Amino acid sequence: MHTTSAPPHADDAARSSVGGVTTTGLGKRFGELWALRDLNLAVPQGTVLGLLGHNGAGKTTAIRILTTLSQPTEGTGTVAGFDVVRDAAAVREHIGVASQQATVDGLMSAQLNLTTIGRLHGLSKSAATRRADDLLVQLDLTDFATALVRTYSGGMRRRLDLAASLMGTPEVLFLDEPTTGLDPLSRTHLWDMLSELVRGGTTVILTTQYLEEADRMADDIVVLDHGRTVAHGTPQDLKSRIGDDRLDVKVASADDVARAANVVAPFADRAPALDPERHVITVPIKPGVRVVQVVRALDDAGIDAIDVTRREVTLDDVFVTLTGAKPVDDADEAGRQGQERKS
Amino acid sequence: MSKSLLNDATVLARRNLEHIRQVPEKLTNVTVQPLMFVLLFAYVFGGAIKVKGGGYAEYLLGGILIQTLAFAMMGPAQTVATDFQQGVIDRFRSLPTRRSAYLLGHYLAEMLGAILTIVILIGTGFLVGWRSHADVLHLTEGILLLLVFASGIMWMGLWLGVLVRSPDAVMGIGFIIVFPLTFVSNAFVPIDSMPTVLQWMATVNPVSVLIAAVRELFGNPITPVTKHVWPIDHPVAAAWLYSIALVALGWWLAQRRYRARTTD
Ligand SMILES: Nc1ncnc2c1ncn2[C@@H]1O[C@H](COP(=O)(O)OP(=O)(O)OP(=O)(O)O)[C@@H](O)[C@H]1O
Ligand SMILES: [Mg+2]
Repeated sequence: MHTTSAPPHADDAARSSVGGVTTTGLGKRFGELWALRDLNLAVPQGTVLGLLGHNGAGKTTAIRILTTLSQPTEGTGTVAGFDVVRDAAAVREHIGVASQQATVDGLMSAQLNLTTIGRLHGLSKSAATRRADDLLVQLDLTDFATALVRTYSGGMRRRLDLAASLMGTPEVLFLDEPTTGLDPLSRTHLWDMLSELVRGGTTVILTTQYLEEADRMADDIVVLDHGRTVAHGTPQDLKSRIGDDRLDVKVASADDVARAANVVAPFADRAPALDPERHVITVPIKPGVRVVQVVRALDDAGIDAIDVTRREVTLDDVFVTLTGAKPVDDADEAGRQGQERKS
Repeated sequence: MSKSLLNDATVLARRNLEHIRQVPEKLTNVTVQPLMFVLLFAYVFGGAIKVKGGGYAEYLLGGILIQTLAFAMMGPAQTVATDFQQGVIDRFRSLPTRRSAYLLGHYLAEMLGAILTIVILIGTGFLVGWRSHADVLHLTEGILLLLVFASGIMWMGLWLGVLVRSPDAVMGIGFIIVFPLTFVSNAFVPIDSMPTVLQWMATVNPVSVLIAAVRELFGNPITPVTKHVWPIDHPVAAAWLYSIALVALGWWLAQRRYRARTTD
């Protein structure tokens, strides 16, 4: 099924030859706070960029600027070859947006929500209806096509919002935390659908708080922290910089933390992270190391290990490894930055 | 862009009509409520208030038409405020639509409501004894004046909707503005029956001028004017000026505020 692939729009003169998305020194300030700073992107057509970051990292801010909903304070950006400020109208003709809170109309049926958007995209009535029916099938909403959207569950609303973003057959698709609120099955379904779109030439920019999601979907990942880009690369790049799995070792007393860190050091391929308050040592283990080896070594050293758990790398680990510290709590950080600026 | 502004606006207007189809109660304030007002005022006050030159029903209709249309300001204000609150506005803004299509769409839908209100009020008025004593030309001018006034009201309502932070605020603000304006006027009682201070207020009140103009154009009784100022002495000319000014002001305020609120 290739109904959702992006058609070529080669007819516009104002357009630079580069499709996809580019930004140069893009930044946005709200009062004293830089929500986004110095974002540089070069997303080739037909690829997926993952914007990865915690709450308040600046993901939505970046999406809003690129979808012409918000004006940048500094820097420039192009989407599908058009400048997001000067050619905002042209940009809107080539994009689809699914925002973080599903913006669908609760007082209309799913079908009407979609056809209204189709008509605003300039489709004829019959074309809009056909496209809507097609997307309702793809997003598994046909059984509820004529039901009022305010009776929808959260996940259904999100899926409808996604369908809405695809009504205009966009060249560049922006998805702000698209899998939030979706059950595992819908999530996998969405990933499959996106893969197919990308194969058809659609460029996708998605945001997420989950490393595994970015890892699975994105060709390129940008890690944001308080508006700044702290890492940028392919999932493989990031993997090679932050290592593979993590082993969380919890010991009984604070005195054992440093000693345990020494014991586990031979199993790690980069420096373990210590959390003396929670008595936890996070060990980036070398490939091939098995949990039982670590447990035995700790036992031999006479250390009382309460718990040893192997897990996949998370966004927190990325921050710990790249910046050497756990990200500070948002509120604290904002307060501190404010004070620094005032003094 | 091959699509016209009007295409976008009618698509958006249809959205409002669909809301009404889903929640018909939304229509009560432009249908049942005015109808009730006519019946209540005609029968409760009708006996007590004497009007020179005609029955109370003939006097009442002009007042109730203008009052109901003025209160209709809250309709667009509430829908727009709700759209902003739910973020629906961002969806429309990211689509290739003209910026002005959004407000224009609401305006078109609300005007359909206003026309319905006028029809219901005149119909009910007819039932309780209202008659027009004007020729077709003046009657038509009267209807046109009502429509222009309604346009001004709708644009003011759209402005209010973009202005407030939450739809809940609309009712309160709307009442504070519209209630005194429509009651301290010649809408239900002749001005000469009021205390002197109120007589002044009611005389300079543009609502009184509009109501007097409608009565004159419909050939209905106009009570004597006690204080003389130009507008109330020339109600039809003044009412046209006021209405056109209201349209211009409301349109300008709504566009300006909408522009400001959708720029960040
Ligand atoms: N309109 C606004 N006015 C003031 N500050 C804002 C505004 N929008 C965002 N911010 C601030 O900018 C920063 C980045 O916000 P943004 O919404 O981009 O984060 P995010 O990465 O999308 O977070 P989340 O994962 O919670 O959605 C936050 O500190 C936020 O408080
Ligand atoms: Mg966000």
